[in-house]
Amino acid sequence: MSDHLTPDASPGSSAQASLQNSQFLVDLRQQMLRFARLQLQDAQLSEDAVQEALMGALKNSRSFSGCSALKTWVFAILKNKIADILRQRRRFVDADQLVRKDREAHNHDELFDQSDHWQKSERPKKWVDPESAIYDKHFWRIFEACLSHLPARQAQLFMMREFIELESHEICASAEISVSNLNVTLHRARLRLRECLEDNWFGVEG
Amino acid sequence: MKSCREATRLMSESQERSLNVREQARLRFHLAMCTPCRNFGKQLKILRRISKSYVEGGPEDTKK
Repeated sequence: MSDHLTPDASPGSSAQASLQNSQFLVDLRQQMLRFARLQLQDAQLSEDAVQEALMGALKNSRSFSGCSALKTWVFAILKNKIADILRQRRRFVDADQLVRKDREAHNHDELFDQSDHWQKSERPKKWVDPESAIYDKHFWRIFEACLSHLPARQAQLFMMREFIELESHEICASAEISVSNLNVTLHRARLRLRECLEDNWFGVEG
Repeated sequence: MKSCREATRLMSESQERSLNVREQARLRFHLAMCTPCRNFGKQLKILRRISKSYVEGGPEDTKK
């Protein structure tokens, strides 16, 4: 690893320059770890996946236009590693999650009234200018907080689907659940996540 | 389709599979009358876009 970090390893490559910037590397590593831990729920596995992704980046001599292109690429590698790990892993359900299930069902029901229409206070409102949110670092803090407030199982399946972009059948195989169970869980996760984002960001008067 | 719960369920599932013609028709009928569910549908697409930018490293590529 160290020989790729020497100043003359690849003169003129901006990706190399980015990787020699130690603050950039430290920040990037932190972010990658957070991303991996959210999904793998396992510190050691996350460390390994991040390490491998970074090593891959250091070895590769492709050049990038700057830190942000490099970062996108490193995250793409990390995403593939996490996908591999998730596809191989078949242990998910534990007692804790089973206990949570009752609570989830209960909260879910509070969104709708007895005739299954939205409760008045829960009706989704129009989100103004969602595009600008992704350029606001405060928004990402809210987003991560909302994700971590989801019940573990919901968050996990949501991330497998939306972050790692596994197909339904792959998620069902990995998590050992039925398609209908997956659909119910994703529905709940989306209902909750959108509610949290509306309550804490999109519905808050600027 | 009368219920918002059912409409949001179908919209969520449409992110994983194509709805059949009958489901599409029922959903369209409901959405024509229901603004909150239309908002929900748009927000599902926004959630997907947000997730994508998050994975692409969104949190650091910010101005503020």
